Amino acid sequence: MSIVAYPRVGESVHRQTLSNGLEVITVSKPYHTKSYAFFAVRYGGMDLRFRVDGMWRDTPAGIAHYLEHKMFDMEEGSVMAEFAQRGASDNAYTSNAMTAYYFTSTSCFYENLRTLLRFVSIPYFTQESVDKERGIIAQEIQETEDDPDWRVYANLMECLYQNSPVRVPVTGSVESIRQITPQTLYECHGAFYTPSNMVLVCVGDVDPGRVAEEAETILPKEGGSAVLRDYGSEELLTPARHEIAQSMEVSMPMFLAGYKCRPQSGGSETLRQSIIGDMACDVLFGSSSPLYTRLYEEGAVNSSLGGNFDMLPGAEYVYVGGDAKDPRRIFNEITQQAQKLGREGIDEDFYQQIRRAAYGGMLRSLNSLENIAVSMAEGHFRGFDYFRFPEIFDTVSKADVEAFLRENISLDRAALSIIQPLH
Amino acid sequence: MTRQKLMENVYLTCVPSMKFKTSLLSAQMVVPLSQETAGHNALLVNVLNRGTVRCPDMSAIGRELDMLYGAQLAPSVRKKGENQLFGFAASCIDDCYLPKGEKLLEKLTDLLGEFFCTPDTKGGRLRRDYVESERENLADMIRSIMNDKRAYASHRLLESMCAGERYGVGRVGDANGVEKISLPSLDRRYREVLPKGRLELFYCGSAPEQRVAGAFTRAFAALPRQGTIEPVPTLRRPSREPYQVITETMDVTQGKLCMGFRIDGEDKAAAMLMNAMFGGATTSKLFCNVREKLSLCYYADSAYHRLKGLVTVSAGIECCDYSRAVEEIFRQLDALGRGEWEDWELEGARQSLLNGLRAMDDSAGAMEDFVMGQAAAGTDETIPGLTAAIRAVTPERIQEAAQSVKPDTIYFLKAKEECP
Repeated sequence: MSIVAYPRVGESVHRQTLSNGLEVITVSKPYHTKSYAFFAVRYGGMDLRFRVDGMWRDTPAGIAHYLEHKMFDMEEGSVMAEFAQRGASDNAYTSNAMTAYYFTSTSCFYENLRTLLRFVSIPYFTQESVDKERGIIAQEIQETEDDPDWRVYANLMECLYQNSPVRVPVTGSVESIRQITPQTLYECHGAFYTPSNMVLVCVGDVDPGRVAEEAETILPKEGGSAVLRDYGSEELLTPARHEIAQSMEVSMPMFLAGYKCRPQSGGSETLRQSIIGDMACDVLFGSSSPLYTRLYEEGAVNSSLGGNFDMLPGAEYVYVGGDAKDPRRIFNEITQQAQKLGREGIDEDFYQQIRRAAYGGMLRSLNSLENIAVSMAEGHFRGFDYFRFPEIFDTVSKADVEAFLRENISLDRAALSIIQPLH
Repeated sequence: MTRQKLMENVYLTCVPSMKFKTSLLSAQMVVPLSQETAGHNALLVNVLNRGTVRCPDMSAIGRELDMLYGAQLAPSVRKKGENQLFGFAASCIDDCYLPKGEKLLEKLTDLLGEFFCTPDTKGGRLRRDYVESERENLADMIRSIMNDKRAYASHRLLESMCAGERYGVGRVGDANGVEKISLPSLDRRYREVLPKGRLELFYCGSAPEQRVAGAFTRAFAALPRQGTIEPVPTLRRPSREPYQVITETMDVTQGKLCMGFRIDGEDKAAAMLMNAMFGGATTSKLFCNVREKLSLCYYADSAYHRLKGLVTVSAGIECCDYSRAVEEIFRQLDALGRGEWEDWELEGARQSLLNGLRAMDDSAGAMEDFVMGQAAAGTDETIPGLTAAIRAVTPERIQEAAQSVKPDTIYFLKAKEECP
């Protein structure tokens, strides 16, 4: 087991790789009442085509999310009652590249941890329960159909990408989930839910040795073999189409613009690129940027304008959106401003201002045990150490941010998704 | 946690804590919620947020906050019982994480004080351009509640159920009312509420209380104090008989069902537990039976409005399942009234509440909200006190609480297509 102290962020971390390949990370929070355990699988909505036992398998859209719903069933019943009786609150989510199960508790941490480890590692599906879940998930999908924030994002991804499975919603569709059976769920669990493809992060006043011991006892002894994934042929940097519009029950038009960025190779460069991308967003349209303040003062946008840089396997993009009476105009202004900054450079004082704010923002995010756990898990899967951000920050220069804007934020990389009011 | 009077009708609550990366500061006016002033107050904070004499526009404010290592300072408007809280919440990196021993607390507190006391004005009046643009933004924001159908349905339920009561007034007023606010009337409201309103100040962080009190006293030295507007106690009413049903139609695929109930009686701890068993926790009857067992809803939960004595249910359903869902929700409530539950349902609900209370200690924001709620209600409950009260609730008291829950209003947002 290794113990690393991070004085610049005031944290210390225990790391241990178990003999089955599971990475166990414990972040000590001696003053907190609450403890948080986060058990994640490197498997998400994007992982639809993969190779197992030498054969390529195609699975229906939405299967990782469906599997997440069904994992809570054990032979003896739903596991939620077990957590609830100890006052713990448990939940799970599926994103494009990750499925995560977690709980928070203020007592009985190790009992809850054992429940978490057990239910995520033991699959139990019956035809009846899988069929029943279909109705619940179909309703969840229908709810997203009525949600303009979701629609504007889903439409953008469909425009932005040609082959990448990020263009398919994580929940799948009412049609695609019809093909899911207990058998397909068992196969996907067997392929991805292996210790070497997972990470356990605990944050709180907990004993790292005990956490590792519990995981060693409950989880399988074998780590499992690496799964090869197919994310489609390499993406062009141009979008599949440049614009999409849909009418819905909304009070005013809303938009989301996306700019395709060149994917990075991984490792510590990933964290550096993420810091550069986030700072580029702050410089370009953050709430203290000249563009934001001008558009706000003109009444062209309101405080809903915002966005960020997102990194998914093989797909990286900047997104920005909000409510606006004239979305196309805002989109053009943002694109032009990025090119101008790339060409003429960012004002030195303004850059220093944004740099300070961005650093403070990253430190602030560590107030949340949940954020810490997610960042640690993502760091593990993608090969970086999140708590090293102060050191990486020191290596980022104004020229890096300018180059990011110049290269990525241009019309030929962009797509625009608009939701218009029906009336 | 300590509470002290800093000036006439100005109180400061301090929560010393070493465990957060940031310190939280908050300054909130607490005034009665009313149809006439709710929109004014909400608009006022948004106008004050636009500029002060020292930082007269958004870029100047943005620069000030960025240079304080990304400090945040944002308007906040809340409804607590039948009072409205409006003001600003701010946070900055705690001194121990700053290079070269820089100190941010005094600078951020000063800025907070400037937002109230020295806004950027023209000819002694609030700036017309700021008032007009924020008036439009606020009206747009209120109208955009309809974008989120779940929130919209809950909003419409309370509006219809509590029409004519303070509680039925929207947190930030209504869009049509806001659009009619003129510069002179907003200016009048500012001059009236600033000297009279109760001001609640809050700090959570590593600085000693004396330093915090000193910083706030200096920052709010220019706050006029003359006359008082006190928060009001929340009034309770009996349920409508028979209950009313309101249906609206929209172009949506999923129906949103909201049900509003009123509780008779004063046993709040029993009502909290009863609500957790009904639909407030994952062991609840609505979750286990209506969602999981019968698959009638994608979500179904309930909330207990402690200060007002209401229980509201919110569920996403297939429009055709409306009658079945309503019937089933009533059936679950009746079961609680008859004392029909397993031990684990009660203990699960109790543990979930206790866990929530204990975990508040780990969130400066949750503590601030609790303190402000107490100030608005004029009560002095504590977390240990509530914890003890929840532990002491007996099954009989839960049953009694459930029997006193009576339906008042059902609101249903349904799709245009008729059911087959």
